[in-house]
Amino acid sequence: MVFPFSAIVGQDDMKLAILIAAIDPSVGGVLVFGDRGTGKSTAVRALAALLPAMRAVVGCRYHCDPNASVLCDECQARRTRGALKSHAVPVPVVDLPLGATEDRVVGALDLERALTQGVKAFEPGLLARAHRGFLYVDEVNLLEDHLVDLLIDVAASGQNVVEREGLSVRHPARFVLVGSGNPEEGELRPQLLDRFGLSVEVRTPQDIASRVEVVKRRDAFERDPAAFTARWSKDEARVRRQIVAARGRLGEVRVPDAVLESAARLCMSLGTDGLRGELTLIRAARALAAWQDDAVTSDEHLKRVAAAALRHRLRRNPLDDSGSGVRIERAVAEQFGA
Amino acid sequence: MTERPTGAIPAALMRALVAAVFAVDPVGLGGVLVRSAAGTARDQWLQRLRDALPDGTPWRRIPLAIHEDRLLGGLDLSATLHAGRPVPLRGVLAEADGGIVLLAMAERTGAATAAHLGAVLDWHEVALERHGLGVRSPARIGVVALDEGGDDDDAVPGALTERLALRIDLNGVRALDEPQDLGEWGAPQIEQARRRYAGVRVPDEVVHGLCATAAALGVDSARAWIMACRVARAAAALDGRDEVHAGDAEVAAALVLAPRATQLPDVATDEPVRDESPPAAEAPPTDLDAPARPAESSPDPDDADSASPPPGGALDDVVLAAALASVPAGLLAALVHGAVRRSRVPPGAGAGARRQAPQRGRPVGARPGEPRGGSRLHLMETLRAAAPWQRLRQRTASPPGATPASASGPRIHVRREDFHVWRFQQRAQTTTIFVVDASGSSALNRLAEAKGAVELLLADCYVRRDSVAVIAFRGTQAQLLLPPTRSLVRAKRSLAGLPGGGGTPLAAGLEAASDLAAAVMRRGATPVIVVLTDGRANVSRDGRPGRAQAGADALAAAGRMRAQAHASLLLDTSPQPQDSARVLAEAMGARYLALPHAGAAAMSQVVRAASPAPSR
Repeated sequence: MVFPFSAIVGQDDMKLAILIAAIDPSVGGVLVFGDRGTGKSTAVRALAALLPAMRAVVGCRYHCDPNASVLCDECQARRTRGALKSHAVPVPVVDLPLGATEDRVVGALDLERALTQGVKAFEPGLLARAHRGFLYVDEVNLLEDHLVDLLIDVAASGQNVVEREGLSVRHPARFVLVGSGNPEEGELRPQLLDRFGLSVEVRTPQDIASRVEVVKRRDAFERDPAAFTARWSKDEARVRRQIVAARGRLGEVRVPDAVLESAARLCMSLGTDGLRGELTLIRAARALAAWQDDAVTSDEHLKRVAAAALRHRLRRNPLDDSGSGVRIERAVAEQFGA
Repeated sequence: MTERPTGAIPAALMRALVAAVFAVDPVGLGGVLVRSAAGTARDQWLQRLRDALPDGTPWRRIPLAIHEDRLLGGLDLSATLHAGRPVPLRGVLAEADGGIVLLAMAERTGAATAAHLGAVLDWHEVALERHGLGVRSPARIGVVALDEGGDDDDAVPGALTERLALRIDLNGVRALDEPQDLGEWGAPQIEQARRRYAGVRVPDEVVHGLCATAAALGVDSARAWIMACRVARAAAALDGRDEVHAGDAEVAAALVLAPRATQLPDVATDEPVRDESPPAAEAPPTDLDAPARPAESSPDPDDADSASPPPGGALDDVVLAAALASVPAGLLAALVHGAVRRSRVPPGAGAGARRQAPQRGRPVGARPGEPRGGSRLHLMETLRAAAPWQRLRQRTASPPGATPASASGPRIHVRREDFHVWRFQQRAQTTTIFVVDASGSSALNRLAEAKGAVELLLADCYVRRDSVAVIAFRGTQAQLLLPPTRSLVRAKRSLAGLPGGGGTPLAAGLEAASDLAAAVMRRGATPVIVVLTDGRANVSRDGRPGRAQAGADALAAAGRMRAQAHASLLLDTSPQPQDSARVLAEAMGARYLALPHAGAAAMSQVVRAASPAPSR
């Protein structure tokens, strides 16, 4: 039984970032960094229950989207034979546990069939399972380097290419990378950092009333998980409906040129490298507008998501003690006025 | 150390209580950190815990060097070979489901093992994605971490201690007293408490009291609050009640919150605690003279309090007083004198043998090759390579006409071209040790630059995955300010708190650097020593002032460093470079650079140039 998402006390930045990624997966992943015991992984694990089901090709091991232009080889073959049959499946939220070996991540020879039948068959890995869904890495800063490289590569190309043991397989692997960790355990490599669209810092709530609420809800959940989940099911359903509605509206939300300009100026004043930051900033702002049922993206939306979209892209200035969040706040205040 | 002033729970009672409380809900409470050298007292306590648990509770010991395959599970190779199909092997964590895992030498646990244990403690299952197996097995365990590390607070990885609700300290205890009035926590009572536990209610004012106490002590992890709540429930259940009382909350605060304190309540502005609740006065008086709160204290808990009127203000004070009375003496002293100190010994360093074998490092998979010259056969990959060809090989191996399934031949044909060996990643990891002169003569002009240079280097280092350590010397001694780390967060924090001023105990600084360099070598990394000083020692080895003796001692220490032959660099930081630093550099066998006006950026560039090129 998983602690319900809507029952998480506070942590609005983290929840909003996760929701934005659920509304528009193209923002490209969420990184949640913060102290221990702030409910990072609780929030991510609660995500699965919130996501509305998706259509997938029946019998496809990569749960291909029947309407997508890029299909796996098997579905391509199926399509030539006729229309693709599809069914509703839950959006995958796949855990990449620490200690996972490369063969399980990318997929490898099916050992069972090789041993028992002498057949060379591909057994898809976690990347295949996470296609069209979420791939969650807890303690992402402890992930082994070679797995990090691999994730970067696949996340960039949207395709997993396996060349092992005489197998040659390629399949689509588009997923939202969600990572969480504690910065005290070590820094994240800049290359991986850049792959995350949004980055949020979680802190423990400082007012006692919130802390009391945290403990009370947890206590209630532990003593009767079923009753607690049932009590929150209405809120969960409402969030789910809102996600569906926001997704539907996303295409219609306008982004005026003035807002594009604001975003560009903000990125310039902060000196973020590359276009990725700007693009993420705009997408996140648009997703937020869709979430709030606003027809037009505004500076207000930009301001709300600026820190999450840009925090991890600032060039590090170790002599400036103020955190990147503060620097963004400053830049936002300068640009839009206090 | 274990004896506490009045007002605290007596140590003997505390030990019995920890065992009893833990036995009520080992899974929910996560575990116990037992700080103790191996000995009678520890064995007795562990036996007491075993007696308190139901018969047949699994009790598994994890040795320090456990391989991930054994810890998490993997492929049972012999069974796989025998059966001709993959047979999974359960790991120790899954085997211990429903029981206790004993972690030996917890202070030397690596980050990876700690993270695995942490994940299991959080989610009560082992998620295995290894070697062709994807299995989730339940692992509802409690961990008893045996910390034999002595006085180092940080030695056991924080990711682990965070998840262990309870801790006891048996150092200095020879044997446990006979439990006299502990009869009420015998196995039958604990069994009853276990049944009662789930139904125990926690009134709102108790939750409030625990949270307010946690805030006052700077305990910021929600896990700690939640665990304190569970301990209060367990204490009530042990007492045969269905509702938590103030006394249970006091027990919870003493057991869970007090050892986690990172600050003392601001007593100067916190009159109610002193006036209204007598037990507060029983806390050691030193906390009243605390010069200032640690730099990173959270917003005043009282402000938060006044924002939302507490439902049980009196209870808050009682619980806080109980927690204060139980803050361990060592921690209390550290809190009074400023921030909680970092450990003196870098994590991972220890009495380990020199490990210089070429076949070590982190396993990063397999490569085709034969197990020769010390390479270890990677059985799994070898089997995988062999697997697809079995049908074919069996057919060709058996004489024509014989049935292929004849039992005479080997079940699996492995050929030389199938062999895979383990691939280890041996990083030529560099640890740059900064020895910073923070004495009065240096501090004025150079300390800020030195701090800046360290931070710049660190930002650079984590890309290369190198680490940085900082030793500062001033007054009469040297201090390891920052054990080898790659964390920018930690570095900034410890550097920000570095004060300047006082004498120049150069010899002590150099000796500390030598010792740390040796420890770094033992861990398999390459130390680079960077000394920032003006070379004018005026405090001798034994802490007495006097230039002549101090200079001689410094040269002697420098000679020792030369013998170690580490790459080293001496940056002369005096405004007018003089011979003293140059002579010292020669004695150390270090490169000498006078940097009268260099800023942080220039310094970091020089150091980078001096470091050996990273080779991976």
